[in-house]
Amino acid sequence: MGNITNREPYQQAYYPPAPTGFTRFMRTCFIWQLYRFFVINIKMLKLIAKSHH
Amino acid sequence: MSRIVILGAGIAGHTAARYLNKWVGKQHEIVVVSPNAKWNWIPSNIWVGVGQMTEKDVTFDLAELYGKTNVDFRQAKALSIHPEGNAGNTQPFVTVEYTGAAKTGVQENITYDFLVNATGPKLNFGATEGLGPEHGHTVSVCTAKHAEEANIKLQASIDAMRKGASQTIVIGTGHGMCTCQGAAFEYIYNVDHALREAGVRDKARIVWLSNEYELGDFGMGGVHIKRGGYITNGKTFAESLMVERGIEWITRAHVKKVEAGKIHYETMDGQFHELGFDFSMLIPPFAGVGLKAFNKADEDITGQVFAPNGFMKVDADYTQRPYMEWSAKDWPRTYQTPAYRNIFAVGIAFAPPHLISKPMQSANGTPINPTAPRTGMPSAAMAKAVAMSIRDMLNGAEKPTHTASMSEMGAACVASTGSHLFKGTAATMTVFPVVPDFEKYPEFGRDIDLTFGEIGLAGHWMKYLLHHAFIYQAKLRPGWSLIPD
Repeated sequence: MGNITNREPYQQAYYPPAPTGFTRFMRTCFIWQLYRFFVINIKMLKLIAKSHH
Repeated sequence: MSRIVILGAGIAGHTAARYLNKWVGKQHEIVVVSPNAKWNWIPSNIWVGVGQMTEKDVTFDLAELYGKTNVDFRQAKALSIHPEGNAGNTQPFVTVEYTGAAKTGVQENITYDFLVNATGPKLNFGATEGLGPEHGHTVSVCTAKHAEEANIKLQASIDAMRKGASQTIVIGTGHGMCTCQGAAFEYIYNVDHALREAGVRDKARIVWLSNEYELGDFGMGGVHIKRGGYITNGKTFAESLMVERGIEWITRAHVKKVEAGKIHYETMDGQFHELGFDFSMLIPPFAGVGLKAFNKADEDITGQVFAPNGFMKVDADYTQRPYMEWSAKDWPRTYQTPAYRNIFAVGIAFAPPHLISKPMQSANGTPINPTAPRTGMPSAAMAKAVAMSIRDMLNGAEKPTHTASMSEMGAACVASTGSHLFKGTAATMTVFPVVPDFEKYPEFGRDIDLTFGEIGLAGHWMKYLLHHAFIYQAKLRPGWSLIPD
């Protein structure tokens, strides 16, 4: 078998979207995540408030 | 003075106990019956299972806590319910058997005016030959003790990899009818993270093995979320996460048998397969704890009070219908049992009317579908609603005054890796409502604003916050009732 110089396309890992470098950076960007923490908290509080009757 | 007996002291039972203690604890008697001496914040067992926390960090002593309140704690397991009393006792009662060291094996009848069944699940490892840490070959994170054992085996596997061995790690569900995929989902990412931290990730093949039809089903038929200008199915993101971390997946699988180092499973196409493993954590299916019920004449009425899977029938619509005719209205709202107005069942103990995911079976007729999840947030919400109803019924209300249908409430799942404040990331997922309501939300069955998912450090902080906030709340520390359930 020679050198493998191509990629097998029809594999499980071939289809799902992969995060870009920017997306990966934003996942751990402190300022952005601080904002997201605030947003997630608001969403969770809304969700909890709507869950009690 | 009335007596309220709560069976179980997990998230649902303890939530009911702390609110009833706060609202009516001085005027009425509250008895909590649990075979376990400790309360366990189950979501953090995941961190115990990878050695980031210990059993001590996620549990506390129930007798010590209840000793500071008006709650009478009995370390015992409930055996039977006698909702009409019997020849020797005109009042309804439960028969319990003590499990604590001082009175092990002693049985007692405890009468009640109100009964809350919050017994949780029986971890039914016996449903699959060779499954589970006690009599099988796989580990579990369903209890703190199981999670500690899981970590010991995981560390042995990591040591083997450090010495150069390659290992296959299989995580997922151990039966075609399991629920709680979220716990396994979180654990697989924590194991991946632990392996990377140990510098041995290249030595491991990690495989997700699950009864879901597609990744991201979680027993809720999957979710749709708004992302990148599209409303996309959660499957896309679940698969993306797996690929990013080099994890393979096998779905639509019913584990039939586990032998040392080998899992036998059947897939939806009716084929049978084998998968070798060195370390495996597979969630067991859940069943009711096996409570019996008897009428006044001491005749067995278990079949009337409980569904065949052992969960208690409540105010759900249990009429058998095809999937396309299922409705959000089928789901219980008050959790009161139809025959006895003073009995309620909450958390995992109540019988769902049907699955949430579409029922599927293999070409051989084997059911392979996740059962309905009843996680922490819904369990606490329904327990609080029942506590409010009982409080009001004690004050003269004829019927339950509060509702908490799973088709009208949300749930959150934060799958976080590691417990370090700045190093971990997490997948945060929320869903509203848990049971899709296509009459209210015709397109996707759910509120797309409150059903969302994202990955990042913020979710990790959220998980950390939830861990400390809910343990603080459960310990009844000052201001606990201000923390939302």
